[in-house]
Amino acid sequence: MSARRTERLLNLVICLLASRRYLSKEQIRISVEQYASCQTEDAFERMFERDKDELREMGIPLETGSNSAWFTDEVGYRIDRDRYALPEVSFDPEEMAILGLAARVWQTASLAEAGSGALLKLKASGVDTDESSLVGIEPRIRTTEPAFLPLLHAKQVRRPVTFPYRKPGEREPMLRHIEPWGLRQRRGHWYLVGHDRDREAVRVFRLGRISGPVRADGPDGSVVIPPDVDVDSLVDRYTPSAPQGVARVLVRPDGGQGLRRRALSVTAAEDDWDEVMVMYWDEESFAEELAQYGPDVVAVDPPEVRDTLISRLRLLAEVSS
Amino acid sequence: MTGSATRLTRLLALVPYLLRRPGVSIAEAAKDFAITDEQLVRDLELLFMCGLPGGMPDDLIDAHWEDDQIYLANADTIARPLRLGVDEALALMVGLRMLVGLQGLADRDAINRTIAKLESAAGEAAEAAKNVEVEISSRGRGEVLATCTQALTQGNRLHLRYYVPTRDEITERDVDPMRIVLDGVPYLEGWCHRAEDVRLFRLDRIQEATVLDEPAKVPDEVQPRNLDEGLFQPSVDDALVTLELDPAAYWVVEYYQCETVEELPNSDRLRVGLRTPDTRWVARLVLRLGGAARIVAPVELADRVRDQARAALAHYSA
Repeated sequence: MSARRTERLLNLVICLLASRRYLSKEQIRISVEQYASCQTEDAFERMFERDKDELREMGIPLETGSNSAWFTDEVGYRIDRDRYALPEVSFDPEEMAILGLAARVWQTASLAEAGSGALLKLKASGVDTDESSLVGIEPRIRTTEPAFLPLLHAKQVRRPVTFPYRKPGEREPMLRHIEPWGLRQRRGHWYLVGHDRDREAVRVFRLGRISGPVRADGPDGSVVIPPDVDVDSLVDRYTPSAPQGVARVLVRPDGGQGLRRRALSVTAAEDDWDEVMVMYWDEESFAEELAQYGPDVVAVDPPEVRDTLISRLRLLAEVSS
Repeated sequence: MTGSATRLTRLLALVPYLLRRPGVSIAEAAKDFAITDEQLVRDLELLFMCGLPGGMPDDLIDAHWEDDQIYLANADTIARPLRLGVDEALALMVGLRMLVGLQGLADRDAINRTIAKLESAAGEAAEAAKNVEVEISSRGRGEVLATCTQALTQGNRLHLRYYVPTRDEITERDVDPMRIVLDGVPYLEGWCHRAEDVRLFRLDRIQEATVLDEPAKVPDEVQPRNLDEGLFQPSVDDALVTLELDPAAYWVVEYYQCETVEELPNSDRLRVGLRTPDTRWVARLVLRLGGAARIVAPVELADRVRDQARAALAHYSA
């Protein structure tokens, strides 16, 4: 049954591509054998409607129109060859290898399928791949967050969405209303950039913190993505990248390797300590980082870092087991 | 897509593919399309039944495959592949742009050339990939990636100075590279002579990488790890640590794979179970969390963390 349907669809595609003129439903029914054998007009109509939808869903530009400027109510169908066909493009073997690599990155079934489908079309129009130069290199894009595909789709069709979002440190999620602008993965985590309708401002959301289904919150096409929106820099702002200052810490000679690796300078100090100068981003997270070294590290300057660290250590020292 | 649509999509790519490669073998074509030889033959049988309206022999697609060589003719109307769809363009464009960000992996000019060609071929569909980005952080360590790629392609052994954060140690080790995996951040997978096992090395923790003259010799029976479920798979042999988390430490559940997560009644705390081959790592984590997390079990680990905090505080009271 399925093979017969594929055959019918293929014949329909060929028939509509072959004709420069719009073909009426009747002409199509006569031309495509499997339609001709339909018992009733009704059965044909239903079949043809389904087939048309299917082809359009596949991205085939099935057009409706009229051959006559005067009798425009005579609707016909055709597939415009230029709009159907992939433009002539030729990739050399090295470029094909790069495309092959790009096609394999997705760990998400639907996008992995899209990638390999695209690669086949490009291969069909050109040369074979030489992948020897890229053997052993495996870039991967993971989209483990369940919200990824619904948000990607919403962004493509410019549809506003709503979803429950749990901010860090809060147990109860809040329902947010967002116009999605873009998605960016950083260090393995996906972020959504969009316009927050409640706060009337741009916001960045981490997809892993979306705690429920993403639902439509308005019609498709109703989101206007500003042409100059820079998703990268918006995510940057959310995950700050400019250091706040330089801190002075004492480190045991065999400890604090993680700090030494990014130190500006390391010099020997008194009493079996090294003095390490290191850049930090914000006091709170720098104090966190220092705390993990326990007694191997002492914060000296600035005082804010030192005080933050001391109060954190106090909390830890008071815990009773 | 329905089964028929998936198959039709394949057929519409298969026809131009075969027209460009007269005489290609069934096995090669099947491999390129990731289907079995039998499926490919069934596809050819179906093509043979299709063609222009009329149904006369001259109207039908001419497909024959004798002596394992495929020849196709009379398929001019579908001689060109279908344009790229929105998802197809997105899948490739986002992947390519991610590769550009990787210094030292492949020729960047070639990647940019590929992007430009693809963009013009995809037309409107390329728009879909706008504002969808994947950043691979190589943190200015392009030269390490280049060295690892070089060793991998030449088949040479590497010497690494490698930082192990769980033990806060710089280690020296010889590694036979197996592959480079980029998953959020780049990793080198290889046979580690020090551990005598397969290890993943995060590139931003490689202090220094040197290509050695010796050829890499990965033992025959060694397989790359299956990373489909994530890079770090806890083992049942690992120690189980139970933690209680305040809201400020909830992020632990997002970052690390927890075996169990339960909300504690009448409080805003979570109780989580983590497996780790090295409990020193958990001790460091809890020290970092500064009171927002408490070790419930094992008790000795909780004691060790508290003693470390007290010893650290002693430096400030002097």
